[in-house]
Formats: sequence, structure tokens, C-alpha cells
Amino acid sequence: MKINSPLEAYKYLPQTNCGECGEPTCMAFASKLIDRSGKTTDCPPLVKEKKFAKKLAELDKLLAPEIREVAIGVGDRVAKIGGDDVLYRHKLTFFNKTKMFFDVTDTMEEAALVERVKKITDYKKFYVGRNLLLDGVAIRAASNDPAKFAAAVKKVIENTELPVILCSFNPAVLKAGLEVAKDKNPLLYAANKDNWKEVGELALEYKVPVVVSAFNDLDTLKSLAKTFAEAGIKDIVLDPGTYPSGKGLKDTFTNFLKIRRAGIMGDTEIAYPIMAMPLTAWMSGISDPVSASYWETVLSSVFTIRYGDIMLLHSMEPYATMPEVHLAETIYTDPRSPVAVDSKMYKVGTPDENSPVLFTTNFALTYYTVESDLASNGINCWLLAVNTDGIGVEASVAGGQLTADKVKEAFEKSGFDLKKDVTHNTVITPGLAARLQGDIEDKLGAKVLVGPMDSGRLPGFMEKNWPPK
Amino acid sequence: MAKKAKLSEMTDMFKDVDILSLEGVTIEGDIEIELDGLGGGFDPMLAAILGQENAVLAQHFARLAGIFGVPVGIGAPAAGAPAAPAISPALAAPKFKDLIPAKFSFENFAEWATPIQEVPIGNTSADGGSRGKRVLVGGEKALPFFPDAVMPNRNQVTIDVFDMRIGLAKAVKENYDEVMDSPGEWAKKNVEKFNADMITIHLISTDPLVKDTPAKEAAKTVEEVLQAVDVPIAIGGSGNPQKDPEVLARAAEVAEGERCLIASASLNLDYAKIAEAALKYDHDVLSWTQLDMNSQKELNRKLMKQCNVPRDRIIMDPTTAALGYGLDYAYTNMERIRLAALMGDEELTFPMSSGTTNAWGARESWMVSSPLKEDSDWGPREYRGPIWEIVTGLSLAIAGNDLFMMMHPTSVAVLKHITQTLFGSIEAEPIDLANWIGSGV
Repeated sequence: MKINSPLEAYKYLPQTNCGECGEPTCMAFASKLIDRSGKTTDCPPLVKEKKFAKKLAELDKLLAPEIREVAIGVGDRVAKIGGDDVLYRHKLTFFNKTKMFFDVTDTMEEAALVERVKKITDYKKFYVGRNLLLDGVAIRAASNDPAKFAAAVKKVIENTELPVILCSFNPAVLKAGLEVAKDKNPLLYAANKDNWKEVGELALEYKVPVVVSAFNDLDTLKSLAKTFAEAGIKDIVLDPGTYPSGKGLKDTFTNFLKIRRAGIMGDTEIAYPIMAMPLTAWMSGISDPVSASYWETVLSSVFTIRYGDIMLLHSMEPYATMPEVHLAETIYTDPRSPVAVDSKMYKVGTPDENSPVLFTTNFALTYYTVESDLASNGINCWLLAVNTDGIGVEASVAGGQLTADKVKEAFEKSGFDLKKDVTHNTVITPGLAARLQGDIEDKLGAKVLVGPMDSGRLPGFMEKNWPPK
Repeated sequence: MAKKAKLSEMTDMFKDVDILSLEGVTIEGDIEIELDGLGGGFDPMLAAILGQENAVLAQHFARLAGIFGVPVGIGAPAAGAPAAPAISPALAAPKFKDLIPAKFSFENFAEWATPIQEVPIGNTSADGGSRGKRVLVGGEKALPFFPDAVMPNRNQVTIDVFDMRIGLAKAVKENYDEVMDSPGEWAKKNVEKFNADMITIHLISTDPLVKDTPAKEAAKTVEEVLQAVDVPIAIGGSGNPQKDPEVLARAAEVAEGERCLIASASLNLDYAKIAEAALKYDHDVLSWTQLDMNSQKELNRKLMKQCNVPRDRIIMDPTTAALGYGLDYAYTNMERIRLAALMGDEELTFPMSSGTTNAWGARESWMVSSPLKEDSDWGPREYRGPIWEIVTGLSLAIAGNDLFMMMHPTSVAVLKHITQTLFGSIEAEPIDLANWIGSGV
């Protein structure tokens, strides 16, 4: 983005405050354009009226993210990658979480291939109110045979809505795959300095995004991207090569840094999303599958943080996918979104005067974790979010933000009276706040039960300890 | 050299609320496993066995960290499919003529003008102590592993020892079960078997809510550890703000001249008493705050200005939150601190330490299975714990962290291997990526 203040965007808007975009004024709409929560297409007059056409084009150029955004696949599981404006998430936020594509080969048994595709598609890990998912399937033309590849591609797209990547350096094989998957907007892997003319033709003909690949050779990588861009191919993804070990891995890390820095600092000829391939961990001579899977997750973590926008992965073990989806969620969480929930008394399910009363902190992460553990296990209760300036239980007890006085204050502020609103005059503290038990009993004049260390154990705790004797 | 390792008896950590009393869980008999040699440029730490009901899984896991060395004698990856046939001429079309030449260029960040303070930990006989070596952290002139400036010191790992038997995750406990009653033996095992660069001795029994061990008695454990190993050590309190200053001051006294890292001074306890003892007995101070850059500046300023702690004796602990439980705050807090320091904020130009062991607080690392039925299978927890600690630590290494306080030997081995690879000190056979599509993966 070439501009960073609403005032600068305001100059290109109709300035009529017509409100069609849903904002009271054009200035309010301008600030939404700058923090990228709004788009120019949300302003009907700007888009429809002829007299604004030049201003719209200019504004779109100024607002375009430094790194191109590329979409892969179709429908609601489309995978958007790239589109970043900053080198460090705290400067704005990172956009488009790193997308994870898991591989299948066209030499696999059909049943095994279908089962793996289903497993990739159905994977889900619940986290703070939503499910973390896997993003796509990379189909490797291991056979190097057009017909075999086409059959495998067909079988994959019959069994998933997820976007796919067609992987071969042989244009004839790629063409066979494209014929089958052409209305699924697949990503074409890949053009290199030997086959770039033919693969370029395919990308233009089928209008699909394409990967340019040059292993540890940034000049050739840039030259391929520049040549394709000149020929009208805009949706480009960069594969600088991912070496899994030793100096090769060190060079790969440096290449990712250099490419992203050059792109953010204005080198438009290399300002494209980057593909990382942690799957090469399986080529680095690690014989034990658990160790190889661990190393793949290590590579995946490095390039989730330092600028991988799309990744090719292999291990579907839970101890690989779980940390990988969690880290992508972590790094791409919008730091601007509020840390805390309102500190007040919440109802979980349909509590009444006999339901248990618990408290936790108003740190969004802590609150939602506790709330979902209670709600998803059907526990009707009252849940008080104590104001600790958005810090978790353990840290706020250690840091002094969570004390008996704060709990008392929170009860008073919420207007909830343990003696009148419930029959048992009992409150359940988090296990990590056990040391506050005595103080809370004195301050609230209520009975206190110490809950489990982790809210995931609340169901078991309730069975054993509720209702209180 | 072949090493024998025994699947020791496993205990379940969070079976019930009372963390201190644990039900024993036995697996059908103990399995003794021969581990093949540890070779290659990197001497990969033997992973203690992550015990598993099923012996086959244990076999896999037994080789876990042992393999991170150079792929000695392991053949090149399976030969892929035959080379791709020549591109059929029909496809070559005239549209593209020639590759347009291009030159990639890259500039360093000029604003990174202020180096990070280099802080030594541990005194050898030359410095008036009895440590066998001195550890150096800090001294960077760029973000970690960046090409702008060579990183002077590799990351260091200090492995936890506790001054009493405590509840630990099953996958952790079986590595330490037989040494948990003797801090000296525990420390020795961490150094000799698990390649610890340093040892952290946590005096948690001094907590009034635990054993309320008097400071004088707890200090004896520090002496025991100093005798048992010759690596530099960090000394941790119990986390009780009232008692820790007294415990740490006493420990600093008995460890006089060893330049230990005293963990920690913080804004909610008598940091002056801790700083004073650290200076008097020749130690470094860990400056601990809770995920807040401004309070980190405040505490550093107070240590330097009010307590006269010299710059080369301050290491910061801006707090580590586990993956999925606030790691984004911990990561960004550290990255912002390191960037501000490189760009001239003299109140933040110190090396950083991470309590990476916190990763074991995440339910994903120790819980048997998901509390939610709809989740995909979480798989065996013995494999989830270590990778949770690794990813938590690795993320913070990339953000700027220098020293890692860790718990599980496999996590230590893997974190050392990746950070030293990015640091540039690991050799590996070059790999040909060209046939990755057809490779046997």
C-alpha cells in the first residue's frame, strides 16, 4: 500500500457522504480502506459513475498490497495467499494465513489416494470458537505419464472441494491435468528455466495461477517472474527452493527474507507470494518417520513465520498437523483485534439458581477456551470474566492483576449476588488461582472450590464436585 | 558408540487436581533398546525414550533425536521416476521469445545501528569461579539469522532441575524419574546425556504453599548442583513474591563468584534485594516482566539506575506463552523489543531468555485426547508434547530470543539442531531438489 492515512484515500472518493457503503461519511470509509477492512468496490458511485473511473483506477493502484494476492481453487474453500504490506505483524497485521497443501501422487493405489484426500478435507481442530482446517491437495505426477496423472487429478477433484496444485515439470503432463481440472482454478507447478515457454503458454491458455521455480537462484527466479508478468501473467507464485538441511536450509531461510524484503520495499518484479516445501524434510536422509515428521514441522514453523505464503507438506500425523495449523493461526491473528472480552457475568447454556458459578479472566483467549469447554460439554453455569487488563490466569496471578479484591469488585460490578442469585453461595476458582482461595473466601463470604488446572477437565471435575456437599 | 536406554515406569501427571500426589501407571514390563551410533557434524542428543504402550511406536521414537545428525551412511534419497521425456515440440509456441534478464538486489537495513549487549554467564577459574566454560549470549546487530550482520553467539539451552519431586507430563517424567530425588544427579544427567549448555535449578520447595523450605536449606541444593556439574547455572525461585528475594539472595551468597543467572527480578517483588545480592556475589540478573514492553523498559531502567546493575549483567525474560495460548503476544513482544533495541532504545538492548517449558501448560501437549468429540483424533500425547515445546521455542528464537529454559530432552535436541542450522554451523550433504516430484517421499 503506497498510502497510509485516510486523508490521502479521501482525495479519491466522491466526498458526498451518500452512505451507500454503510459508513456515515467518506472519511470513515477512507479509514476502512486504509486498515483494509473495506474495499473500493464497497462504494457504488465510485465504481459505477464514469467521472470517477480515473480516480478509482488510481486509488486501486495506491491501495494495492505490496505483495500480490493470488487465489487458488474455487468456491468457499478458495485459498487466498500473499497480499501482505508489512515485514512484521505488529506493524499492521499479516493477511491470508499460510495455506497448507498436502501431497498425493499419481502412483498411489486409488483407494489409498481417496482415503488420504478425504482425511485432508475432513481434518478439523477446534480452537477458541472456530475450527482450524487444512487448505488443499498437491497432486504430484510421480509417474510422469500424462494419462496416469489426469486419472489421479480426476479422482482427487471428485472427492474434495479443496483447491489443488498440479505438480510436474513436464508441460505435457501438466496439460493433461489441466484438461481435467480446468474449471477448478488449480495452481500450476511449475515453470523453470527449461520449460518456461510451454508452461507459460498453459498458464495463459487456461488462465490459472502458476509457480515459477529456480532453486537457490534469485536472478533466474526474478527473470522468470518478470518475463511472465510482461506476457500478461499476473498470478505468479515464487519457488526459490526449500533445502531441508545444513547450509542449504540456511540459504533457503536467507532467500525467503531477501525476496520478501525486496517486495515490501518496492521491487514489484519479485513482489509475489512465496511457496515453501517442508515436504523436502523427507528427502534429507532421516530414516525414522517420526523424526522426519518432526523435522517437517520444524521447517513448516520456520517458513510460517518468515514469509512462506503457501506450503507443500507430507506428514498427516496429528503431531504434525496440530502444531502447524496452530502456529499459522497464531502468526496470522490480527494483533489489532481486541485482546479482552467485556468483564461481566456471562451465562453459559441456561443457568438457574442452582447452577455453579465460576470465574476466569477477561483475556479473550482464556475466556473463550473456558466458555467453549463448558458449553460444548453442556454445563449450564454462570461465568464471570474478571478484569485483568486482558491477561491470562497464571500470568495475572503472578503479575498481581488477579486478586481477591478484583474478584469481589467484578461480582459487585456485574450485580450478581452469590447469596441471593444462587442457592449454594459457592464460587469455583481456576486451578491456577488456587493460592487466592483463602482471600476470596474472606472477601466474598462464600464457599470456594478450587477447579482444575485446565478447563478441559471441568466436565470430570463437575461430576465429582457438583453440587457441593 | 551404542547407548542403552530403558523405558522407565511412567506416571500420569494430571490424573487429579492435587498435583503432588500421582497415581502410578505401569506399562507391560520395561523394554531395553539398543540405539545406533550418534554420528555426524551435530552430535544429536540421545532422545530419552518417549515411552509408549506399543513397542513398535517406541522403537520409532527411540531413534527420534538420534537421527538429526548428518545422514551418515544413509543412502541418497530413493531414486525417483525416470527423467521426464523431452518436451513434445507441438507445445512449444512462438508467443514467448526469450527470458528477460533480471538482477536481484538486496540492501541491509541501515537503521539497525545499535548492537545488543553481550552478556557472559558463568565464571571459569580465570574469572574467579569454578565453571568449566563461560556461555556468551547477545551481541547481535540484526534480527536472528538475518543476512544483514553475522550473529556472534549461537542460541543456548538451559535444562530444568527442580529441588523436589514434582508432577511432570508423562512424556517428560520418564526421562528423569530415577534422578528426581537428587538435584545433583538430575543436573549431571541433563549435561552428560542431554547435552544441556547450562542447568536451571528451580528452588520451588521454598514456596510457603509447598514445603516452605527455609532459604538456608534451599541454598544447599544450589551448592550440590554447582559441585555436580561444571556448566554455568541459572537459579530460580518458587515464584512467591514475598519469599523469593530472601531465597535468591541466600542462593547468590553460597554461589559467590560463579556468575550464575539469578531468576528473577520483577516489578512485583523486592528486586533491589535481588539485584544487590547479584552484584555483591558476582552474578547476572534475569529481568522478568509480563508481556509488556513498557514495563520491561521500566524494570531494566530501575535495575540499571536505582540498583546500579551493569549492562553486561542483565538478561530479559519478557515472558513466554505457549503455542495456542498467547504465543502471538510473546512472539510480537520479543520481536518489537529486539527491533526497538537494534534501532537505538538503550533500555532494551539486552539478550532475552524464554521459559519455553511453559509450552507444557498447553493441553495439546499433555492431555490424552481432545475434550471435544468433533475434533480429529489428537493421536498419542507422547509425540505432541515435545513438538509443542519445540515450536514454541523455535518461534521465539526467530523473534529474537537467545537463551532457552527447557524441559524435554528431545525438544532440546531438535531446537538446538534447527537454531544451529539457521545460525550456519551445521553441515549436511547437499540435496538435489530437482526430482522432488518423483522422489520416493
